[in-house]
Amino acid sequence: MALLEVKNLKVYYFTRKGTAKAVDGVNFSIDKNETLGLIGESGCGKTTTALSLMRFVTPPGRIVKGKIVFDGRDIISMSNEEIRLLRGKEISIVFQAAQNALNPVMTIEKQISEGILEHESITEDEALERAKNQLNLVGIGDERSKSYPHELSGGMKQRVMIAMATVCNPKLLILDEPVTGLDVIVQRQILSLINDLRAKLHLTIVIIAHDLSVIAETCDKIAVMYAGKIVEQASAVSLYKNPMHPYSQALIKAYPSIKGEKKKLKSIPGAPPRLVNPPPGCKFHPRCSYAADICRKKEPIIREKEGHLVACHLN
Amino acid sequence: MGLKGFAIKKIIAAIITIFAIVGVNFVIFRMAPGDPVRMMFRDPRISGEQMQLIREKFGLDKPLWGQFISYLKELSHGNLGLSFWQKRPVLDVITDRIPQTLLLVLTALTIAMFLGTIFGALAGWKRGTRVDSFILSLSLTMYSIPAFSLGIILLLIFAYILSIFPLSGMTTPASGLTGLGYWKDVLWHMCLPAFSIIMWYIGEYVLLTRGSMLDTLRKDYILTARAKGLKESTILIKHALRNALLPVITVTGVNIGFAVAGVIEVETVFSWPGIGRLVYDAVMKRDYPLLQGVFLVFAISIVLANLVIDLIYGYIDPRIKVGGEKK
Repeated sequence: MALLEVKNLKVYYFTRKGTAKAVDGVNFSIDKNETLGLIGESGCGKTTTALSLMRFVTPPGRIVKGKIVFDGRDIISMSNEEIRLLRGKEISIVFQAAQNALNPVMTIEKQISEGILEHESITEDEALERAKNQLNLVGIGDERSKSYPHELSGGMKQRVMIAMATVCNPKLLILDEPVTGLDVIVQRQILSLINDLRAKLHLTIVIIAHDLSVIAETCDKIAVMYAGKIVEQASAVSLYKNPMHPYSQALIKAYPSIKGEKKKLKSIPGAPPRLVNPPPGCKFHPRCSYAADICRKKEPIIREKEGHLVACHLN
Repeated sequence: MGLKGFAIKKIIAAIITIFAIVGVNFVIFRMAPGDPVRMMFRDPRISGEQMQLIREKFGLDKPLWGQFISYLKELSHGNLGLSFWQKRPVLDVITDRIPQTLLLVLTALTIAMFLGTIFGALAGWKRGTRVDSFILSLSLTMYSIPAFSLGIILLLIFAYILSIFPLSGMTTPASGLTGLGYWKDVLWHMCLPAFSIIMWYIGEYVLLTRGSMLDTLRKDYILTARAKGLKESTILIKHALRNALLPVITVTGVNIGFAVAGVIEVETVFSWPGIGRLVYDAVMKRDYPLLQGVFLVFAISIVLANLVIDLIYGYIDPRIKVGGEKK
């Protein structure tokens, strides 16, 4: 049975300019110990999807439809207290921009131990000890445990955030752009740390990124999002080698590869569609070089083809 | 450098500030219009020679520069000069009045700070609810009424019409009360003036804390705290309030300093025998040495209050120490 199942999830933002359909009918599921990558451009709804999993969507946003079944329980219909007890204990998240995600006036060991104390009945000393061990696990020594966030580098803060999110052995870990804004070497270190922890703690992970090449190695399967919908989903290797949807193809071409031949990078023309008044038909058609008549009129439904799930008329 | 170096730096800066104030303070009063000797003797029959004699006695015949030098010389001995009006050393006149002002101001400010912070934090936390709009509109009203006009209204209603509280002063004259009875009497007299100060400052603290709270609640670390599954009350106290109070503490430093100077109106309205009332009288009498002395005390209290807050800040905000640690 899947650990997490998202069915027809719709999250809309009700703004003065109109309703923005940030997440518009998303389906996916994750098995235990599996890692799912969610990729797409800024504003495609990937972060909103992640926030919905922990019920962090706040007004003007609202989950209008769908089911999020986690470990047999529906997250959307839970009471506030039930969801609170779930947060940090069973589902954890590492937010985008870890730079500001730590409380500036609290030592990092305190910030980590406070989460343990909330969910487990242990003494404060034990919790601090656990916090230190967890920091060691992510590569931060004991001498740093009494540091304040401003005394740490960006990469170290990200490590602290990861330590904090994994300290209660969550069943599901959500990583929202875990390496964005870090330099390449630190990116590499953080990613290998994630892979390491995944093996050690048997984590199930949802990882969000806009750069496919960064997370391809880490993920088992990948879902490509465009304008609030999943347009293609497949195993990581298959999607990387043989992308079917024109958007997935374009995404892969937009990033350089170190090993392969030197190719000219191709940018995707145009801008992501506005979510308030999206174009009719396939939402990608204004930017798609293969767009045909049917793409402008009818919205494609997602179908299975050669092991991929793909939403394109031309496939 | 650490906390100690940070403290030393702040103390040196405070001393330099006080020196600058002494100079400015001296010049300002000499530039004000009005002749102190004329104010002392309004009788037109006093001859020019007699006035000249008085000027010489107070050193007012010397050029400004000479007056400043002798002022500094005396100041270094702790001598603030002789009050033109009371014919007593300025220092004695001032020290007689300081306790009364401190009693009033510190009591009022502590209460206002305590209540204002609680209500402000509550309003910020419950943003957009009825509780918020009630607290906000009430404090805006309080903040917009000057303390002295509220004082006059209070006097009219509670002292004159209802006769619940006394009309003026700090004690009942010639009551001969001692001990507990005396303090009860003082407290009774203090109610109205303290209340009018409290109302004004509560307004300020509510607005400030609420704004700071709203800023803090938008911060990413509040979401992080929620993601840890912490209780809302824990998030409010440990994460939101702790950070939201930092700017409130800064303002308290400024307030304590200004409060000593700022109670001039309230003390005048209620005839409270404090330092504010003294300023009013000294201005009326063109008493340069006294004014100069009082203003020096005001300035020093502002500088000292800020110094104390700076030092407290270095203790409660870990980021400050680093600022002073730049090598």
